Amino acid sequence: MSRKPYIRPMSKTSWYLRDGRYKRYMAREVTCLLIGAYTGVFAMGIWRLAEGREAFTAFMAALHAPGAIMFHLVALAFSIYHSTTWFNVTPQAMPLMKGEDFVPGTLIVGAHYAAWAVASLVILIAVGA
Amino acid sequence: MSETSTITIEVMRYRPETDSEPVFQSYPVPCPKEWVVLDALNYIKDTIDSSLSYRWSCHMAVCGSCGMMVNGEPMLACKAFLRDMGDTVRVEPLLNFPIERDLVVAMDDFIEKLTSIKPYIIRKTEKPVEEGTYLQTPAQLKRYKQYTLCINCLLCYSACPQYGLNPDFIGPSALALAHRYNLDNRDEGRALRQEFVASHEGVWECSFVGACSEVCPKHVDPASAVQQMKIASTKDYFLGFLGGNR
Repeated sequence: MSRKPYIRPMSKTSWYLRDGRYKRYMAREVTCLLIGAYTGVFAMGIWRLAEGREAFTAFMAALHAPGAIMFHLVALAFSIYHSTTWFNVTPQAMPLMKGEDFVPGTLIVGAHYAAWAVASLVILIAVGA
Repeated sequence: MSETSTITIEVMRYRPETDSEPVFQSYPVPCPKEWVVLDALNYIKDTIDSSLSYRWSCHMAVCGSCGMMVNGEPMLACKAFLRDMGDTVRVEPLLNFPIERDLVVAMDDFIEKLTSIKPYIIRKTEKPVEEGTYLQTPAQLKRYKQYTLCINCLLCYSACPQYGLNPDFIGPSALALAHRYNLDNRDEGRALRQEFVASHEGVWECSFVGACSEVCPKHVDPASAVQQMKIASTKDYFLGFLGGNR
């Protein structure tokens, strides 16, 4: 008997709307765009700094505009979401064995949060906040 | 005995000799509290419509035959309790696979991929039998044991959007099994598997959606295997520049 398998097409453009898991995945991926945009602004700041005091002061003044503040708040929220979603999957990508047992995933995730806290603290102290 | 209610099971039917595309057919089915979707399908086949086709064998989440979409979620029909599902339950063949007939999907592609990753212990030279068995410590076993629990039920392929978008992707469970043998201290075949594992259709096609691990009925966590192999393949790549071992 000849076979006649039926293939159900998958939408190339809206597949991620089908499942909550896919939406969460897309949220994790899309939030990196704001991190990219922030990196652009940050690089612009360094560029301005290289141009001299006047250029940098003007750049800093522009950052106080309501739009710029809003952008930074959104970028911060998206960065936190993006980073924490990745922290939370690190035990899957980097399982550790100690003796005959795996190190609990919560410890691996916790170590990432701890490293993040320490790095943030060091930077805040360095800039004299 | 408690009263048994009746629910409706909507089953996707596809009869290749008559249907040009799948259609849904509804069946009234009793719903005792211990029944799973597979019991309902067996009830339909035994008492209402003997033409219904689906795969099953063990009825205890061991054989991996009865994977299907239950209310849009890839599940083993033998583990999907009707009491948790409301008055209407929709049953479809596993997504991302061609439908052979009714709830039966074509698995040829998966079998080919599974074969390609050489899911068995490979030795450069076999030890003579008289030298005894290959020994393994509990820690060496634990390292890979979770990946041995795969029952090839294909729920992970059905949950994987990357496999749906690009059927050339080797996919979650075949890669998890490659990792299982790569991690086994008795195995020496990793280099042979790398040809497939580290290819474009291998681990690099995965974008870590993680849905495969969430739907896995045996908690194999194929997504973790794939990410670990990405790290190992990246190490290979850079060690290659240093003239290290691949």
